[in-house]
Amino acid sequence: MAAVTSVTGRGLPLRGDDLDTDRIMPARFLRAVTFEGLERHLFEDDRAADPSHAFNNPRYTGATILIVNKNFGCGSSREHAPQGLARSGIRAIVGESYSEIFLGNSAVLGIPCFTADRASIEALLTLAERAPETQMTARVDTGVVSAGGLSIQADLPPALRDAFMSGQWNPAAMLLDKYDEVEAVAGRLPYISGFPSDT
Amino acid sequence: MHTLFHKVWNAHTVRALSSGQTQLFVGLHLIHEVTSPQAFDMLRQQGWGVAHPERTFATVDHIVPTSAQTRPFLDLMAEDMTIALERNCRQFGIQLWAPGGVESENQGIVHVIGPELGLTQPGMTIACGDSHTSTHGALGAIAFGIGTSQVRDVLASQCLALDPLKVRRIDINGALRPGVYAKDVILTIIRRLGVQGGVGYAYEYGGSTLDAMTIDERMTICNMSIEGGARAGYVNPDKTTFAYLRGRRFAPSGAAFDRAVAWWRQLASDPDAQYDDRVSLDAASIEPTVTWGINPGQSVGISERIAAAADEEALTFMGFERGQKVEGRKIDVAFIGSCTNGRLSDLEEAARLVRGRHVAPHVKALVVPGSQAVRKAAEAKGLDAIFTKAGFEWRGAGCSMCLAMNTDKLEGQQVCASSSNRNFKGRQGSPTGRTLLMSPAMVAAAAVAGEVVDVREMLEEAPV
Ligand code: SF4
Repeated sequence: MAAVTSVTGRGLPLRGDDLDTDRIMPARFLRAVTFEGLERHLFEDDRAADPSHAFNNPRYTGATILIVNKNFGCGSSREHAPQGLARSGIRAIVGESYSEIFLGNSAVLGIPCFTADRASIEALLTLAERAPETQMTARVDTGVVSAGGLSIQADLPPALRDAFMSGQWNPAAMLLDKYDEVEAVAGRLPYISGFPSDT
Repeated sequence: MHTLFHKVWNAHTVRALSSGQTQLFVGLHLIHEVTSPQAFDMLRQQGWGVAHPERTFATVDHIVPTSAQTRPFLDLMAEDMTIALERNCRQFGIQLWAPGGVESENQGIVHVIGPELGLTQPGMTIACGDSHTSTHGALGAIAFGIGTSQVRDVLASQCLALDPLKVRRIDINGALRPGVYAKDVILTIIRRLGVQGGVGYAYEYGGSTLDAMTIDERMTICNMSIEGGARAGYVNPDKTTFAYLRGRRFAPSGAAFDRAVAWWRQLASDPDAQYDDRVSLDAASIEPTVTWGINPGQSVGISERIAAAADEEALTFMGFERGQKVEGRKIDVAFIGSCTNGRLSDLEEAARLVRGRHVAPHVKALVVPGSQAVRKAAEAKGLDAIFTKAGFEWRGAGCSMCLAMNTDKLEGQQVCASSSNRNFKGRQGSPTGRTLLMSPAMVAAAAVAGEVVDVREMLEEAPV
């Protein structure tokens, strides 16, 4: 897997706290056995209700860095939400905070979710809204997100930062490595090996 | 001086990964039709097998119709998704319970059937591609909701790469007042700690209120941990847990059961366990609680008024005003079911309220048992007759209107009194539909009154 050291591209400003995964990808689009085409249904209900929704706005077409507020991706664990975002071209998210499941689901797709304080996010949102053509760069190693003359400090959980830097953000292969260690742990668990006669 | 969380975590740790995360062995993996097909495809693409097919169990719940469950389903997508799961389970040797298949009487919502069948046991690590997997913590398991790529990981390796959690002890002490249920307790906790308050934590629930609760009630509480931001929630195993498990199909039996109990006891948090945070709550201070907003933390006690500081977006969407009570809000739909409150005891309490009464003429009311076993047990007690006589629809097992992936959904701006767990915009199938979360007894009372009422008034006059 390739290391993810930084993401560069234009910003997509999406305001609002507690945008849950039902909003990002309404349940009716989970009626499928693949993730294909999910990008078309991102925020479908919100977009229908609000023509000026950021995901309707052609000024942000092709943006790769999504900018959000608090508790983004809360609620359902559906990976369909980050899958849709990934398929629409989003490569990094910068926001105030996330639900843990969403953050983990995004990481496995190679999408780092950066966290910054409210004022920094506000500055970034405002800049992306005023000048959508601005190129932004989010650096995984330093956590610095720079855009035009603006530079903010953002964080990634240290373990995830290392995983992105070393190209180990998708753990599947690692989990299969040295499988005898896994079997050894399983063998020590009494509910697998049988409950011992004296504990 | 350790918590159950740490003991279970340590017992299942394979090694520290070079990514910095921990490789954790998963004792029980549950899958369903919606978040697994892509995981099986990923496996096939990699040419991987399933490491421990005997530790994964499958059912259909999310999209499965609850009106007519004979195969083929009328809903072609539900049929297709079920067929895909059947094919995947057959190919990899995984036990599946679905309508039209073997032992279809075991089908139901994953979080209802796991405990019911005795699959869920203390001291296990459990994973499922569904955020409400925290439910299983009610039996002293550490249970995580995961995404589809992680479902692939568990299938391929029976392991997950995870970061450890901190543990917050939440003590609830004292007796709950009549008309106040486990649902009101957890709604109050989420209101108090916030929908994000639990991020980075597992919640350990305890105290005399929890000690006195049944496993069903503890499941309602652990179920909604995720709505408070906590990745997992649990209650230490005790004699209630052991009594619940004895005799269940997949639980240890005979002498092994007693040996299991000895192990389970050791796993409970030590009296001097260290917690990263502690919170306590007085049970007597809790009222029947209802949500007025668009996240599960936006709630009030039934006698309270919506605060002046209430969120504007939520108020507008829900059609409430500051200073208003939720009591008296007219409802269009009443839904009793879901993995939060779709178990036998929930249906019994709701039936006690509707017996001899009738659903208000303008209300569509449905009861959706959490599993076929719950449905059968309820029918054996005559609850189906009580509900249908009162004007409720009596359904087959599934998630139904909790997430509206099948035909059970709100229309337009309908208001739904719901025993489920999420009141997000659009959650119940209509982008403008409005959900009021409350206990099943409160839903039953609202169905009869046609509006949100204080269940305590109805309980006082309930015919015994
Ligand atoms: S009942 Fe609702 S919350 Fe529970 S598993 Fe089904 S959809 Fe998810």
